[in-house]
Amino acid sequence: MDLIELRNIYKTYHMGDITVPVLKGVSLIVARGELVALMGTSGSGKSTLMNVLGCLDRPTSGEYWFEGREVARLSSDERALLRNTKIGFVFQSFNLLPRTSALENVMMPLSYAPGRLSDREAGKRAEEMLHRVGLRDRMNHEPSRLSGGEQQRVAIARALINHPPLLFADEPTGNLDSRTSGEILRMFHQLNEEDGITIFLVTHDPEVAQQEGRVIHIRDGVIVGGALAAVKDRTDARPGASPDSTRGGDAR
Amino acid sequence: MNGAHTTLTALKALRRNPMRAMLTTLGIVIGVAAVIAMMEIGSGSSAAIQSAISSMGANVLMVMPGTAASGGVSFGMGSVTTLRPEDCDAILRECPSVRAAAPMVRARTQVVYGNRNWVPSSMDGTTAAFLKVRDWTIAEGEPFTDRDVLNANRVCLVGQTLVRELFQGESPVGKEMRVKNVTFRVVGVLGKKGANMMGMDQDDILLAPWTTIKYRVTGSTLETANQSAGAGSGSSVNTLSNLYPGSSGLYPERSEIQAADNPMPVRFASIDRIMAAANSSDEIPTAIQEITEVLRERHRIRPGEPDDFTIRDMTEMTKTLSSTTALMTNLLLCVAMISLVVGGVGIMNIMLVSVSERTREIGLRMAVGARSRDILRQFLVEAVVLCLVGAATGILLGHGGSQLVRLLLHWPVATSPGAIAAAVLAASAVGMLFGFYPAWKASRLDPIEALRYE
Repeated sequence: MDLIELRNIYKTYHMGDITVPVLKGVSLIVARGELVALMGTSGSGKSTLMNVLGCLDRPTSGEYWFEGREVARLSSDERALLRNTKIGFVFQSFNLLPRTSALENVMMPLSYAPGRLSDREAGKRAEEMLHRVGLRDRMNHEPSRLSGGEQQRVAIARALINHPPLLFADEPTGNLDSRTSGEILRMFHQLNEEDGITIFLVTHDPEVAQQEGRVIHIRDGVIVGGALAAVKDRTDARPGASPDSTRGGDAR
Repeated sequence: MNGAHTTLTALKALRRNPMRAMLTTLGIVIGVAAVIAMMEIGSGSSAAIQSAISSMGANVLMVMPGTAASGGVSFGMGSVTTLRPEDCDAILRECPSVRAAAPMVRARTQVVYGNRNWVPSSMDGTTAAFLKVRDWTIAEGEPFTDRDVLNANRVCLVGQTLVRELFQGESPVGKEMRVKNVTFRVVGVLGKKGANMMGMDQDDILLAPWTTIKYRVTGSTLETANQSAGAGSGSSVNTLSNLYPGSSGLYPERSEIQAADNPMPVRFASIDRIMAAANSSDEIPTAIQEITEVLRERHRIRPGEPDDFTIRDMTEMTKTLSSTTALMTNLLLCVAMISLVVGGVGIMNIMLVSVSERTREIGLRMAVGARSRDILRQFLVEAVVLCLVGAATGILLGHGGSQLVRLLLHWPVATSPGAIAAAVLAASAVGMLFGFYPAWKASRLDPIEALRYE
């Protein structure tokens, strides 16, 4: 079963009397375990597509199937639950809570999860997550005392705390130098390969996109490349993959 | 998210900016502290005023016999003798809002000790309960007892003026003096009361068992007190016999049939008035009602017929008392309201700033799965926690302040749990009320917009 399937998604914003069509019939399939890069210039509808995919926003029309469920028409509370349990977010500007320790930042989504863990269990799970992203020694540091890369690792740990099958990363390396960017991207690859987490990477940097298995290009609200490649073949996809090539294959 | 966890989150959020949280809640702190301090000092002085007024006899009810009237001419208060000592016992027994009751028999005559004499302005025959009714203390010696009353013993208590005039400062306890050729032994000296509201010297008093005054001093025996009874019995042998407990009369007990065949006239000892004290000034109306019911029943007054007694209360004093208390309470309430509203506006102001400052945090929380009601609750709890912390600090400050006043200025203060509870309640209400709008505004934020907010 495909993790994500978009069918003919339209999104139109109304600004007073003017209607601004942003997404003009986007169809897209992402299989479980894929690592997808979404590329587009600013104003191309990239962020809007992200928001729709991340269940932060509802499309004006069209169908959005997530794990076999139609989620485009869910109420805001149902979408909140979906975001909490199924989707992790990593942002360009990290978005950590200031003056709050890394550990507590990572624990934060747990407090909104159904069937809440006790504080002790939640703390243990957050510690494990921080170990995973390599911040064993910095658990009680506040964000202001962490470097950019470390902050982004905390954000990744936070995104993964509820074990979501899907991770959205919105320009995760945009605020980082190239060396740290590489580390963060390697971490995404590792998560993708080892845990089978589907990762959706939004970027405008072709170099970043080139490292990914599959690249979807969006321009003026329409997908111009990479839409239909449901599955990738990791072994031959990585080296020298052409950004707008459409590939087929079987799921891992 | 459960309540405890939300509270913890709110506390953590507040701790992130402790200085601002402190300044925000300062309005509540000052308001609550002022209310608590004023309440404690106010209720202390109000309690002091109340006890002062009630020692003047504010809770005292005077039961007087009714008026006699003949051919349209009324003879005024106390012109018939309808009150009996048993009425007094019944009032005490059957009226729960009456704290104490004492019968009174009045006399006015000369008192002689050695080569000095004096006419006390009041010479009252009563029981020991009189001291309880009037909140009067014994300065020296002991009060007379109920047995003295039963035996019509010649003992008495004297007021300070009498001590000054007759004994010239020496202790009168154990001394004997003459009242109308009857020798009385002084068993105790009353504490000083001073003048009453009418300017009459309350210390110019002699208290004795009412039986002694009635039968030995004013000389009215049962016969003279009630002509018909005296004529009926036709004998003066039994004058005091009914006053001795357990004493059988000179004649054998009559059987019920004999009593029914040949009814004896009722022995009837009248008293001049009954003095009763209500438990508190609030219970005076209840006490009046209860006494009326008891006396009407005892005097066999049919519904619709007028009372054969009148009850007087110290309306003027009671009114002063309640108006003083009401004025004080209202004043404090006004201050409390104003300061809490000011504090609440401060809280709302800062919470609004906080919401716009933390827009990204709100967006993030929404992105990771917080529903809008989670956000609403978080900010609401934050406001309430802020208010409660302020209230707690305020209570401590206010209490400390009032204790300081007590220690430095020696004003009477009384800790008021009611005020503390009210302050906590009011503070959380203020938090809810003024925290709701910012919290609602936060919960309505669009997560996309909020995340992008700079």
